[in-house]
Amino acid sequence: MADRPRRRLRAYHLLLLVPLAVLWVPFYNRAEPALDGIPFFYWYQMAWIAITVVLTLIVYRLDRRRGSGP
Amino acid sequence: MTRALDPVAIGIFVALFALVTVLGFVAAHWRKGDLSQLHEWGLGGRRFGTVVSWFLLGGDLYTAYTFVAVPALLYGVGAMGFFAMPYTILVWPILFMVFPRLWSVCHRKGYVTVADFVRGRFGSRTLALAVAVTGIVATMPYIALQLVGIEVVIAALGVHWTVTLGGFTIDMPLLIAFAILAAYTYSSGLRAPAMIAIVKDILIYGTIIAVIAVIPAELGGFGHIFASVSPAKLTLSGTAPGTTMSAYATLALGSALALLLYPHSVTGILSSSRREVIKRNAIAMPAYSLALGLIALMGFMAVASGVGTMPEYAGGFKAFGPNFAVPALLLHCFPGWAVGIAFAAIAIGALVPAAIMSIASANLFTRNIYKVYFNPYCSDAQESRTAKIVSLIVKAGGLIFIIALPQKYAIVLQLLGGVWIIQTLPAVMLGLYTRWLHPWALLLGWLAGIGTGTWMASTLSFKSATYVLHLFGTAVPCYAAVSALAVNLAVSLIFSLLFNAASRQAGPDETLAEDYV
Repeated sequence: MADRPRRRLRAYHLLLLVPLAVLWVPFYNRAEPALDGIPFFYWYQMAWIAITVVLTLIVYRLDRRRGSGP
Repeated sequence: MTRALDPVAIGIFVALFALVTVLGFVAAHWRKGDLSQLHEWGLGGRRFGTVVSWFLLGGDLYTAYTFVAVPALLYGVGAMGFFAMPYTILVWPILFMVFPRLWSVCHRKGYVTVADFVRGRFGSRTLALAVAVTGIVATMPYIALQLVGIEVVIAALGVHWTVTLGGFTIDMPLLIAFAILAAYTYSSGLRAPAMIAIVKDILIYGTIIAVIAVIPAELGGFGHIFASVSPAKLTLSGTAPGTTMSAYATLALGSALALLLYPHSVTGILSSSRREVIKRNAIAMPAYSLALGLIALMGFMAVASGVGTMPEYAGGFKAFGPNFAVPALLLHCFPGWAVGIAFAAIAIGALVPAAIMSIASANLFTRNIYKVYFNPYCSDAQESRTAKIVSLIVKAGGLIFIIALPQKYAIVLQLLGGVWIIQTLPAVMLGLYTRWLHPWALLLGWLAGIGTGTWMASTLSFKSATYVLHLFGTAVPCYAAVSALAVNLAVSLIFSLLFNAASRQAGPDETLAEDYV
């Protein structure tokens, strides 16, 4: 019981990865490595659409198991 | 334009338009409620489940203008236009984290607008009025911009049918489209755009799948498409303030924070039947971001196809600039029937958000201005009737805007709208977590934010919103909305400290901690 709030905090921390990944532009502002002719700049950002969905889903599931929301 | 009319494309376009018109009126009977109640007309009775909400929010937030303007930016400026990606990626975790709280408190207390919540939370009619007015003012030019989407595709179909009235040239198809929209919004309320959004999305997704299946192959693959764009445009070159990485990141962040504060977003969120619906949609909405990303790349496809130099599209580019890139690409690569479907998707994609925006503004005006300042004892039926009439006035305003003023004013005002609406963040988003902030401090912060943001945009002659900050000797170009929000937050915090220390009495908080979960 005692570790409940701590676990909740951790699950939500996962979502903080999203702004880090998409707002730290110097990391992805380049053309290489290209993927099938698509420059890194473009496929990296589009890949984060899928990653964000997965992260949100994980948080949602952990949330539901505990039975309470943010 | 010199191109011949394509009867197949126009026929399909008109048929699809007729279909959604019928749906718009039929929608009044869908999950029938008493439409003389504001929450029935203006929030669809708070009855939409995950699936309908998904279509409604998608149709609401990914507007036709986005679908035209984002690829136009990539076509014209290059990589900078792709800021729509981090922007629409960031929106959904914010929705997931913050907005279930708003839904819960509004559901519990019967709030219809975000200004209702602010009044209840902070006990300040003035702060609620500031939030309501900001919402209405920021939404008006947004509605006008939706018309640009319709205008572009009608012109691209080659239809020229205008009348001159009082010195103004009026596009008849545009006028008809808007008259129909106004009529079914009036009679069906939020149910109409919810139902039409489903049709619109089937058309949009169908179009995107066709685009991805057909166009890259026609143009020799993605490798060839990107190779045809000048390398300087493929990444952020940083040669101008508008193409720096700091501008890119702040534009994405500011736009994401602003989007959910717009009245039409809140209306979409509050129409959900359950708190869970919002969380589930936060997970499912990124499907639209993927669609938007693919549509954005159509800007580069237009570059690769060379439509910009083809004589048959010269008239369109002259009239609409880069906004004509996507219609020209579709005309160039698709057969007539597919053009009809794609253009109908864009035009219907403009009607859905325009309807929701007018409903949201009407809700705000009725609840937070009319009822508070003009007719405190109005009945439910009077309230609902007022909202219906205001929705008509708001749409007429948008139409007059686009007919009487050059298009660039709508674009400038929409740009300012984003700078303004984000200033309601401290009262709304922080207000969901704490009422430690003093209402008068929030009001001062709001004023400081709007003042700073507007001033920043004015120094750029309202042509851009990327204001160069000089921090510790380095020049950092930032989206003015974000810089102004920082000023707003600072003022709100400092004055809250002062007012709270002086124990200045704030109005009562009518919400309880358990109303938010």
